[in-house]
Parts: sequence; structure tokens; C-alpha cells
Amino acid sequence: MHILKKTLLATAALALVSVGTANAASDGKRGMDGQLNILYWQAASILNPYLSGGTKDINAASMILEPLAYYDETGAMVPALAEEIPTPENGGVSDDLTSVTWKLKKGVTWSDGTPFTAKDVVFSAKYCMDPTGGCNASSNFSDVDSVEAIDDNTVKITFSVAKPFPYGPFVGTTAPIIQEAQFKDCLGAKAPTCTAANFGPIGTGPFTVTEFKANDVVVYAANDKYREEGKPAFATAVFKGGGEAAAAARSVLETGEFDYAWNLQVEPEILAQMAAAGKGTVVTSFGTSVERLMVQATNVDPALGDKRGTIEGGVHPFLNDPAVREALSRAIDRQVLVDAGYGKAGQVTCNVLPAPAVYVSTANDDCKVQDVDKANKLLDDAGWAKGSDGIRAKDGVRLSILYQTSTNGVRQGTQALIKQMWAAIGVETELKNISASVFFGGDQSSPDTFQKFFADIEMYTNNFDGTDPEKYMGSWTCKNIPSPANQWIGNNMPRYCNAEYDALVAEMGKTASIEKRAALAMKMNDMLMQARAMIPLIHRGNVSAHSNTLLGVRMNSWDSELWNVQDWTRAK
Amino acid sequence: MLNYTIRRLLFAVPTLLVISFIIFAILDLAPSDPTGNLPLTIPAEVRAQIREALGLGQPFPIRYMKWLQQFFINEPLNMMEQWWGIQIGDSANRLRVTSWATRSPVVDLIVERMPQTLWVVGMSYVLGILIALPIGVISAYKQYSIFDQIGTFISMIGFSVPTFFTGIVLIVIFSVQLGWLPSIYDTTLQVTDWPSFWKQVKQMMMPVFVLALFNAAQIARFMRSSMLDNLNQDYVRTARAKGLREQTVVLTHVLRNSLIPVVTVIALGIPQVFGGAIITEQIFRVNGLGQLLIIGIEGADIPLVQTLTFIFAVLIVLFNLVADLLYGILDPRIRYD
Amino acid sequence: MTDQTNSTVQAEDPVRPHRSLWSDVWRQFKVHRGGLIGVGVFSFILLAVIIGPMIHTIDPQFLDYKNKNLAPTLAHPFGTDNLGRDMLAQVLAGGRISLAVGITAMLLSLVLGTFIGVVAGYFKALDGPLMRLTDLFLALPLLPLLLVIIMLFRDTLRNMFGPETGIFLLIVFIIGITSWMQTARIVRGDVLGLKEQEFVLAAGSIGTRPRRIITRHIFPNVLSPIMVSATLGVANAIITESSLSFLGLGFPSDFPTWGRLLFDGANFMQITPSRVIWPGLAISLTVLSVNYVGDAIRDALDPRIRGR
Repeated sequence: MHILKKTLLATAALALVSVGTANAASDGKRGMDGQLNILYWQAASILNPYLSGGTKDINAASMILEPLAYYDETGAMVPALAEEIPTPENGGVSDDLTSVTWKLKKGVTWSDGTPFTAKDVVFSAKYCMDPTGGCNASSNFSDVDSVEAIDDNTVKITFSVAKPFPYGPFVGTTAPIIQEAQFKDCLGAKAPTCTAANFGPIGTGPFTVTEFKANDVVVYAANDKYREEGKPAFATAVFKGGGEAAAAARSVLETGEFDYAWNLQVEPEILAQMAAAGKGTVVTSFGTSVERLMVQATNVDPALGDKRGTIEGGVHPFLNDPAVREALSRAIDRQVLVDAGYGKAGQVTCNVLPAPAVYVSTANDDCKVQDVDKANKLLDDAGWAKGSDGIRAKDGVRLSILYQTSTNGVRQGTQALIKQMWAAIGVETELKNISASVFFGGDQSSPDTFQKFFADIEMYTNNFDGTDPEKYMGSWTCKNIPSPANQWIGNNMPRYCNAEYDALVAEMGKTASIEKRAALAMKMNDMLMQARAMIPLIHRGNVSAHSNTLLGVRMNSWDSELWNVQDWTRAK
Repeated sequence: MLNYTIRRLLFAVPTLLVISFIIFAILDLAPSDPTGNLPLTIPAEVRAQIREALGLGQPFPIRYMKWLQQFFINEPLNMMEQWWGIQIGDSANRLRVTSWATRSPVVDLIVERMPQTLWVVGMSYVLGILIALPIGVISAYKQYSIFDQIGTFISMIGFSVPTFFTGIVLIVIFSVQLGWLPSIYDTTLQVTDWPSFWKQVKQMMMPVFVLALFNAAQIARFMRSSMLDNLNQDYVRTARAKGLREQTVVLTHVLRNSLIPVVTVIALGIPQVFGGAIITEQIFRVNGLGQLLIIGIEGADIPLVQTLTFIFAVLIVLFNLVADLLYGILDPRIRYD
Repeated sequence: MTDQTNSTVQAEDPVRPHRSLWSDVWRQFKVHRGGLIGVGVFSFILLAVIIGPMIHTIDPQFLDYKNKNLAPTLAHPFGTDNLGRDMLAQVLAGGRISLAVGITAMLLSLVLGTFIGVVAGYFKALDGPLMRLTDLFLALPLLPLLLVIIMLFRDTLRNMFGPETGIFLLIVFIIGITSWMQTARIVRGDVLGLKEQEFVLAAGSIGTRPRRIITRHIFPNVLSPIMVSATLGVANAIITESSLSFLGLGFPSDFPTWGRLLFDGANFMQITPSRVIWPGLAISLTVLSVNYVGDAIRDALDPRIRGR
């Protein structure tokens, strides 16, 4: 009964999305639409998302393994293996916010025919929480005290502290349910030795693996035990990897060899030119990613030795002046950056917390329009006078910026544009780009990591998982400042330190009501923005492309893009 | 000669050990990190845990010794077990060289990629040699003829235009405009009958062409210059004076004496086949050994990169030995004893 | 064409006064048509990148954002790129760097390779160690090595020489140090054969010192593979530089080089074809002209051809 209702709802929603192709996923038989070809320019390395190396693996696995609930394309939770989303209202979340009880769908079986039960959920938690296993989703399980099976269809997760947002474990495809029978000998240090299981997990999802070549290709077949009647519409699927983004776009939009291509961060005019061939459609959706400039607060003079880039090393010679920071932000024409590098996949933003809608502040929106005159005036008033070389200086300190980011065509374009915009206000910029595996690698011996931040400005994108910003906003507390004392880990790259901010973070950890949480998050966002600890540039969307014959794609930035692959069909 | 070969082979063992140590040290020193490609939403503590689970917490010498043991003892044992279907010792708990990104045995990954690497990169190399040798010989014999000029022109263009460019040009013409050839290589294709063989040929055409052009250009240039050096030597005049047929003079005497640099270049090139062709493989998504290596490097997958590079080193040492032996056969005056 | 050349030389033979080796070489070089064209084209490219920016004065870095992706116009003869930079200015500016990197890195690798090859081939005792060293360098994984070198030296060099010169030295060094092995192996192979030839043995038997044997008898005879290596080396260095930039290991991103322009333009080839045509043509012409000059030098130095 329930399942039928769900199917009807899903079909209705789908019909709304794909207008004009009304009979999308409804009356199909399983496997009637042949093969689905998916292209990810980064190949999948492993199909066990708990041991994965990134989004590509998690997405490849999301066709096989399911969590208790997904995030849909609006960021709302929808049940997958769960009967419904537990809330304080329906009694699923305890009043003291320390436990959550999930009711599981009945009659679900694994693709090998054995029944799916609460024991598998308990096992999955045990698997990921084993400290020697190196599970990369373990932060989803932070503060989890115990996971117990009340009965075959009920799981209770207890937290050691009150969790206003208790949806870390098993919500979203980063933390799905794996089968106990298959992984029971793979706990902890033995996890990597189970190659067969890691390469071919048994799941409850719409597809099963038939062939997997690591870092190359995954071949799937429809799961004939899948719980929804008539789905998936495709009999087989291929998940091919390799190449680069522009080539991937070409294979869907121009040659039509593939049905779906992921993460097409290429210059907008190239996508537009390819899309003009009429074979496919570019789709975008916006999550929480913001491309931003981090503004260094501490002194990074190499002469400081060990104190370089730390609070002890002293303040930055010119970026400690709020006028300089403000001028740098005002001099940037963000719309030009969007048009040059992002197109439909970017929007101008003045916040580091750009979504979900309830958290978005409008207090900083004056940065959306470039104001060179005001920027110049700010600098004039603050005493930064232009020298003979056109570069402003004060007391022998020149406004000369070292601006670093990771190597990526679009980022280098953005760097060049910003360099010129800053030149217009008398600021000199030296550009530097660093291989992503080094920049984001965090190797302590390397001076080029984003945590060490031995530069004046650095640029990258950050976001947060799911829809709750608590952890994300907690990044900019004093104790999160990377320094030699904490082996340079910590996410507070701009070295922002403000007791008032730290207090707000602590308060949010104790606040349950969504309105109050939203108000707190907005306040924190505004504090960061007014101090210009970071200069947000672009709210970045995910951009993918699908063939015009592929129906049912609901582009999702909150979860795997393939989250609803069971509903995809081929146009007749 | 036999003596020399044995001596060289014995000397190769310490050489390779030193090479393996230096490679390991470089990989260890390199500032890239296996957690560098993880999403930024994964916090630092979790990253530290992942590094620990990968064994990065152990000191450098221990990790190196472990790799040595896994590669030189465990992997051969495992291979023997598979070939002869027997069990030697406690094979279930014997650790093989395991990639960090895929958590699977590196040797299996390499074996999985051999077919497409040999089909595409190997074939292009063979083809390159087959084209280059006659072009080089004729170009030299008819120096500054039209044939030579065109040959020179094409080979220099072939060498100076990078494969990332030729590859895209070919895709735009043959896949986008004409729609004749696939731009994505299907590694799951099994050649069982004529239609599937034709499919295989079609998907190999563009990458093989791009690579063969590049390889042929280089070999042809060396062949030509070496032939030119020899064509004017006194012994050629003597051979002609003896009344030998021109064909015999050129193809037997001159060619044989001109082959030394060419043999060197080819011997240096064969290991490269196993190193794959990184850019071409990326463009046509062949996903052979080159792509495996570059993914390993980008992901700082030390066991994978170490193993691949080391196998590569073994081949280099071996083929350079083969080249040295061939010198002796081509020119009996060269002696090593 | 060749016949004509030779007859001219021969016709002068009976009456020619005593001439030095180098004037002979120059004489022979002058009549090599390909060589002359090569010198002409190469000088033109060199002049263009040196003087060109003084005539075409648009700043190659200037982003004229409103005029992006332009087809060639009078103001922008090569069009503009996707950020509105003038392509002609970029090709000219890029040429300075690419040529400098290409030639210096090639020379470094050639000198290293030739030296190691000759020494290894001639002195038996050094053959083993030097060739094992060559094996080692051939086996080194290039990219991790680059990461290490850059980590260790980029900042030091940047502080000593400034961002541009520092990176320039680093790149030349890296390309040179990782590309000499083929030359060394080829030269050694030739030397192994040469040193057993009669004229070398004869020189040795009359007590000529090894150093003189090498410079006087061995070196001139291995010139032709060296010349080929040189031409291939220029192309190799220019292209390697572009892949270094692509990996974030090369020049700062606002420094155009030919390889990089070609790489960045590759995806735009259907929108603005001039973005790939000109840098591609520049690389090919440079390599071709160096190749013809190399051929001419080789012929000019070959006493058998010269005397023919």
C-alpha cells in the first residue's frame, strides 16, 4: 500500500519535472529501455563508498547501495530504505534530541535475495565507526553512542550529546547501508583486503554490478529484486571514466555517444557551442558551494621561519587594514567572473552561506555591484597613496598581493580577471597556481598547502554536506586556526579569531529550533562578511549534461546526481 | 658475449634495488597526499585516520621494506599459486601490494590494463617502426628529393604538434562532424567475431594514428641521419666497386651499419609502451597503463606508482641490455669482454 | 638541386686558395637551400618576438572583456581569447619564453647527453656506472620528481631571482635534466663502434691523447645524431613546458607560452580557430626551421659531402 503510494507520488513529481514527456517512468517494464551510458571524467576507483576517494566513487556506488533517506533536489529528505523521516513531531526523534528511531521499509531484499533487516544497519554503523578502518564517512557518525536494532524493522541511534540535527548517519549516499553477510569479515584493518566485496557490493538499489574495472569502467545490470515494480527502466548501465570535462561534454552534447556526463566545469561558451548541436541538454543545480577568496590575517614573511602564517607571527602588514579588505572586495565585478568562467553554473554571491534559503542573509548584498570609485576612495582615505609605479603604498608597505589557488583552467581565468580589477585600484598581484593534489593534500612538509596559506590571498570552493550548516559555520573558530601546534589541520584558513563568533558557534550547538538556528547562522555569516575574513565571489552550481533522449534527470546538488536513476527512462 | 650478459644481469640486481629505493624516496618526499582528492567536507581528523589506515603512520624504512617483501616475495608466490593452482603457506593472510585508491592488488590492476595498452600503444609503436624505417632509408638514399622533403616535413610536424592537439582535431573531424569513429574506447569490448573485430579496429584507429605519427617521426629522423652518415663511407664505394647490386649494398651493408642509433631509440621506446601514453589515453579514454599511472600520481597512490615505475625500470634495464647485445651483433668490432 | 650545389663547389675546387675549415663549412652551409630558408624563418620568428611587441603594443595581459572571442580584426589581427586578451600580443610574448626555454633546455640536455655518451662510450671503465645512471634517470617517475623539485626549490629561486626568472631557471633545469638520456644512449652506441674503427685506432697508436682523439676524431663523427636530437629536443622542450604549466608546475598562469596557448585554445578550436592555428604554426615552424638548419650544419661539417 505504502509502496504503491510512493510510486505514484514519484511518478507525479517526475511528470512535473519533465513536462511534455508525460509518460516518463510510469508504465514501463523493468529493463525495457536498453542501456544507459554514464560518463564521469574521473573514473570510479572503488564501489564501497566508505573507503572511497571522492564523489565519483560515491555516485557510482549510489546506483547499488541505498541509505535510509536521500536528499532530493530541493534539499528535502525523502525516505529510501526508511518508511518515513523521523522527526520530533512523529516521535522519531526523542525530546531531549539524543536519539533517533528509524522505521525501515518491510519486505525489502538484497540483490542476492536475502532479506534486508535492521541488523544490516547496525553492522554498517559498526563498519564505519571502527577507528582502524579509515572510513571516510566517519564524521557522519560523530557523537554516535550506539546503534541498536529494536526489531527487524526498527533501528535506534543514540547520541552522546543532544543533536539538533540527528540526520548524520545513513542520510545521503555518503553513508549507505552495506550487507552484513558480505562485509562481516572486513571490519577495521581488514577492510582493504576484501577486494571482491569492495568492488561488487551487494545492495538494495536499482542496479547490481556485473563488471568493475577499477579506475576505468563499471557495468551494471538492473537489480531484479528491486522493490519498486517496473524499475529501473534500463536493463544495463555503463559508468565510464577518464578524460577531462570538455571531452566528457562533447561525448554527450556533440557526438551523442553517452547519455549523461558529470561535472562539466568548462568555459560557458564551449558548453553553449556544444549544446547548439541539439543532442543534449546542460543541467545545473545549486547546493552550498561558494568560490571564495580567503584573506590572510597573519604575516607570511618567509623571514619569520616557524612563526610564518601563525598568530604568533603577528598581523599581516596591509591586510589587517579593514579599508584594504573592503576595497579589494568592492573592486571585483563578480558578474564578469560568472560570465567568463561559470555561465549558468554560477551566481554572484556576497555570502559564504548561500543556501538553503532559510539561512541566506541579505545584509551584505551591496557587494554584488562593482564600485571602483568607492574602493579607490576607501584606500585614499586610509592613506594608501599611489606611488610612481601606480601601486599604492603607505609607510613603505606596498599593496602587492601573492594570490594562490589550485590548478584549473577556470580558476586561472578568474585569477587573471581579478588581477586586472585590482590593478585598477592600485594593487599589484602576483598569481600562483598549485597542483590540486598538493594544494589540498595537506602534506606537512610542503609549503604549498591551503592550510599553511603562505600567501596573501587564496581561492577555492568549499561547501557542506547535507543541509545543516552547524559544522560548516564552526570552521572559523579560534581553535580551528591551522598552526604548527595542531599539525596545520583546521579549516580556519583566514585565521579569523573572534570570541563573540566562538560564542555564537557554541550557542548553535545547543539550539534546536530551526528559526533560531537560522538566525544564528545568518549572524555568523554576517560577522565573517563584515570582517571580510573571506571575500565570497560565486555561488557555484553543479553542472552536468544529459542526452535529449534521457528523461527523468532531476539534477541534485545535495546528494548523488544519480540519486533517482531508478526513475530515468529513454524517450520513445 | 654470454659472459658479458650474465655479468650485466647480475649487476642489474643491485642497480634495480637502488633504483627502487630512490623511486620510493621521491614518492615519499613528494608533497601530494592520498587524501588530497577527498571532498573538503571530510574533516581533518578523519583524514588523519584514513592516512593511518593506509599505513602512512609507519616510518619510511619500514614502509619500504614492506613493499620489497610484498613485491619480491608475496607477489611471486601468489603468481605461482595462480599458475599451478597450489597453495604455498598461509596465502590468505599474505599481504599483496595494495593500491590505496582502489584497495585492490596492484598487479591485478596492471594485468587488467594490459590488453588495451598492447592493442593501442603497442600497436602504434610497431606501426610507427614499420612506417619509419622505410621512410628513413628512402629519405637518406634520395637525400633532398621530393620524397625526402615531404617525409621530413610530415615527420617534423608529427613530432612538433602535441598529441593533445592532434587528438582533439581528429575527434572533432571523425567523431563530431563525420560520426565515423567512436571518441571513447570501450575496454569491455570482447573480440569474438568479425563485427566485434571491426568495432575494435574502429575504436583503435584514432589513438593508434596519433601515437604512430609521433613515434614514426622520431625514428625516421634518426634512421635518415644514420643512413646519410654511412652512405658516403669508403666501404660503400668498395662494395659498389666489387659489383654488388645496389639493393644489396644499401639494404645489407649500409642499413646494417646504420642501425645502431635506431636500435637505441627503439630499445628506449619499448619500455615506454608499457609506460602507456598518458595524454593520448586520456583524450580517447583508453584507460591503459598510462592513465593508471597518472591517476596514481594525482592521487598520491604510492604502492601503485612505485610498482608501476619499478616494473618500468626493470624493462628499461632489460631493453638497454638487449640494445647493447644487438650492437655487438650489428657491428662485430664492438666488444665488451 | 643537390647536384647543382655540388657542381658549384667542385667548379671552384681547382682554383681555390688555402681556406680554413670554418670558411669551408660556411661555404657549404650557404649553398644548402633548406638551411638558408631555415635560418631565414628562424631569424624572422626571433625578430618577430623581439621587435614585434614594440610594434604591436597591446599588453598581452590586458583583458578587454567586452571584446572576447573575437575573430581576427584590424585591431586584433589574430583575434582575442575568451577573456579578451589579444592573441597576436600573446603569441609574440609567448614566443619569447617558449624559444628561450626550448633552446636553453635543449642545449643543456644536449651538452649533458653528449658528454655522458662520449665518455661512457670511449672509457670502458666509466661505461657501466654512467649507463646505470642513465637507466636510473630513465626510470625516475617524472611528475613526482617535479613535485619534489618544485617543493624544494621554487620558493628559494623565487626569492633569489623573482618569480619569472626563478621559474624559468627551474623549468630549464628540470627539462634539461630529464631529457638527456636518449642522446647519451645514442651517442654512446655510435662511439662504441667508432672507437674500434681504423682511424681512431691509428690515432691512438701514434700516441694521440684521448682528449684529442675525442674532440678531433670521435665528436665530428657523432654530430649527425646529435643534430637530430637537437631538433627533436627543441620541440620536446616547448611541449614539455606546456604540460608543466598545465599541471600547475610551470610559469604563473598569466605568462603565455606557445605550448600553453595551444593547450588552452584546444577546446576553443571550433569557436575561435585562430587561437590554435597561430601558436601551433609557431611551434611547427620553429621546429622545422631548426631541423633544416641542423641538416645544413651536419652536411656542412661532413668532409665527404664537402669535398664531393
